[in-house]
Amino acid sequence: MIAYLIRRILYAIPILIGVNLLTFALFFVVNTPDDMARMQLGIKRVTPDAIEKWKQQRGYDKPLLLNSAGSGTDKITDTIFWQKSASMFMLDFGYSDDGRSIGREIATRMGPSLAIALPTFLVGLVVYVSFALLMTLFRATALDMAGLALCVLLMSVSGLFYIIGGQFLVSKLWHLVPISGYSGGVDGFRFVVLPIIIGVIGGVGSGSRWYRTIFLEEIGKDYVRTARAKGLSELAMLFRHVLKNAMIPILTGVVVVIPLLFMGSLLTESFFGIPGLGSYTIDAINAQDFSVVRAMVFLGSLLYIVGLILTDISYTMVDPRVRLQ
Amino acid sequence: MSFMPVMLWSDVLVFLLLAAGIASAWYVRQREHLLLPWRRVAESATAMVSLLVVSLFLLVGLLDTLHYRVALPEKNGGVTVFSPEVLSVFDKLVTTLRTQTEKTYSAPLAVTLYAKESITDAQGRVLRDYPRLRYGGAHLTAAQQQDSDVLWRGLTGVLGGLLVGGLFVGVVGWAKRSLPKRGNGGHSCPPYTWRAVIIATLIIAALIGMTVNLAAAYHVLGTDKVGQDVLYLSLKSIRTGLIIGTVTTLVTLPLALLLGIAAGYLRGWVDDVIQYIYTVLSSIPSVLLIAAAVLMMQVTIDTHPQWFETSASRADLRLVFLCLILGVTSWTGLCRLLRGETLKLRELEYIQAAQSFGVSTLRILTRHIVPNVMHIVLISLVMDFSGLVLAEAVLSYVGVGVDPSMISFGTMINAARLEMGRDPMVWWALASAFGFMLVLVLSANLFADAVRDAFDPRLNCTEVVA
Repeated sequence: MIAYLIRRILYAIPILIGVNLLTFALFFVVNTPDDMARMQLGIKRVTPDAIEKWKQQRGYDKPLLLNSAGSGTDKITDTIFWQKSASMFMLDFGYSDDGRSIGREIATRMGPSLAIALPTFLVGLVVYVSFALLMTLFRATALDMAGLALCVLLMSVSGLFYIIGGQFLVSKLWHLVPISGYSGGVDGFRFVVLPIIIGVIGGVGSGSRWYRTIFLEEIGKDYVRTARAKGLSELAMLFRHVLKNAMIPILTGVVVVIPLLFMGSLLTESFFGIPGLGSYTIDAINAQDFSVVRAMVFLGSLLYIVGLILTDISYTMVDPRVRLQ
Repeated sequence: MSFMPVMLWSDVLVFLLLAAGIASAWYVRQREHLLLPWRRVAESATAMVSLLVVSLFLLVGLLDTLHYRVALPEKNGGVTVFSPEVLSVFDKLVTTLRTQTEKTYSAPLAVTLYAKESITDAQGRVLRDYPRLRYGGAHLTAAQQQDSDVLWRGLTGVLGGLLVGGLFVGVVGWAKRSLPKRGNGGHSCPPYTWRAVIIATLIIAALIGMTVNLAAAYHVLGTDKVGQDVLYLSLKSIRTGLIIGTVTTLVTLPLALLLGIAAGYLRGWVDDVIQYIYTVLSSIPSVLLIAAAVLMMQVTIDTHPQWFETSASRADLRLVFLCLILGVTSWTGLCRLLRGETLKLRELEYIQAAQSFGVSTLRILTRHIVPNVMHIVLISLVMDFSGLVLAEAVLSYVGVGVDPSMISFGTMINAARLEMGRDPMVWWALASAFGFMLVLVLSANLFADAVRDAFDPRLNCTEVVA
């Protein structure tokens, strides 16, 4: 198991290098730092001096890959690639355009993001699985069909509608919770409850339908027929056999997203004014702060790969037949 | 010539897709075994009704794709100068909607503006009242007539729509009965499907009739901040949504098909390289990758203003790039599916037989593998469509979607969102954007489900139609 994990982590390194090279190519080769400077300074009032100054302030006034002027290791390390891109492997994300450390910003903003994303994820999981089990229990009846129709309807509504509609109904019309804002501690509960509920409702359609498909696939298998033949009640069969056996496909979809919860949700956080990583990303996109976007891309793929490894580990926990070698 | 046809990049791609669609439809028509699953789709009432709705949207989108520029009145001797404004055939059809703009907000079917203004009346006194609209209900002498006029116009519109719809259904029904049946025939839709389609046609015809009749004199869905008709904006948004949903497949399809099958069939280092590429791409959260790519595209477009003749062509190129980027970020899922299926297929006897007969690799791939994975391609394409339409709205909100000057559901929602705080609320622009999007996505989803049910071999192994 340990050997397997070490191998998986070693496999992850080339992928991260790939991500790193891709973002480097996207941000520095497709458009040179000069283009970015011109863009940031405004197309019209650009002088070569201003561009040089802009580049110097941000450390972009170096060769891209190879510094022929340097000596020894400086040839490689005194370049944009080394200082801006490769340094992310050490989790050194550099500074944003307003001069703050991106690393520290990420560390402080993870908390609020998690405060929304983690409860949404957990409550959502329970709600979707129970709804799917209910539909499976009443499969091929009018109730199942109505549930399925509801799922398709909910899936077809834009995610923006849930947020805007929810904010309008709950905050503006009923005055139950503040429209937006955030505060830490117990006091923050009134701020996070609406985003969580909306997040759960927004995923009911696709989530429940997905789990229903998994359960229906399991229920057609032979062991279920055996269980039924020995006189097990439908409920006992569903919970004791089907749910357990459906764990592998469920985990495949679920565990991967757990590390990504740290990243927060772009839409929810920006609509509800939550100072998490999602709103950080949106602000960076709107301000065209490329270093922040680059850092988030790298962090996102890092967390995704962690999720993949966690998925493998979780298999061994629910299914004793799976051994990682 | 008083106008000049304009081919925007997205138009070219749409026509390419249309040609491919027609060609494959013709190809399928010739082959009974390929037609079989489509017959199953045609038997489903929900599928046919949603297909009807989707094709109406497609019609609007296609009409909106035929672009041209009008010639300006000649000034400098003989040289025709064309207006920088790019219009479409659809714009021409709804000229009244497009040109009759009010000053600012007005509610659906209103005859007055939404906010009070100081107006000078006939006696020269200054009053504070709701001013009458320039076009909405302009034929009425007094605002009090509005209710009865709306009712009358609505009713006559419904009746007119029903009449035309009924005539259409009658002609189609007569043509179907009197024309000789093609091929092995006898395999037409069950009667309840026909009934559902007829009822849906009549309802839609009545709705269209009512809207058309009302739109001649009112702003049916109100006007937005700069007085543009919301109905016009919603109808124009359809093309943007459809392009995002369909042109993207032009990128995903070749990439996924080529790389997925190559990886699955050739194995070895080819497989390793392709797997590496799609793992890298799929490990980046897609919104972030799209955001990064769109930001970079924006820099390129902004630093090269000389590339674009009109602002429409700039917005259009941005749309095409957005499709490209969405395609590059979304081919990995389909590629993985195709690789898995090809891995399974290549171990089957008929492939091994072909190999031992010495059939070339290329021929095995095109003759034996591709036709047998096409159902996966088709299912995943129709399933992805609705997701892409929804994604457009979200991306435009985030600021990495279509050009702000391009009319789309996302930009409509974005503009209307800020008006939520007003009291009384301006709700109609949001409601129409969400409403149109819901109808389009819902019917696309229902149709996609029917297609999946008909094509998925796992769901359909019991039903064999001789």
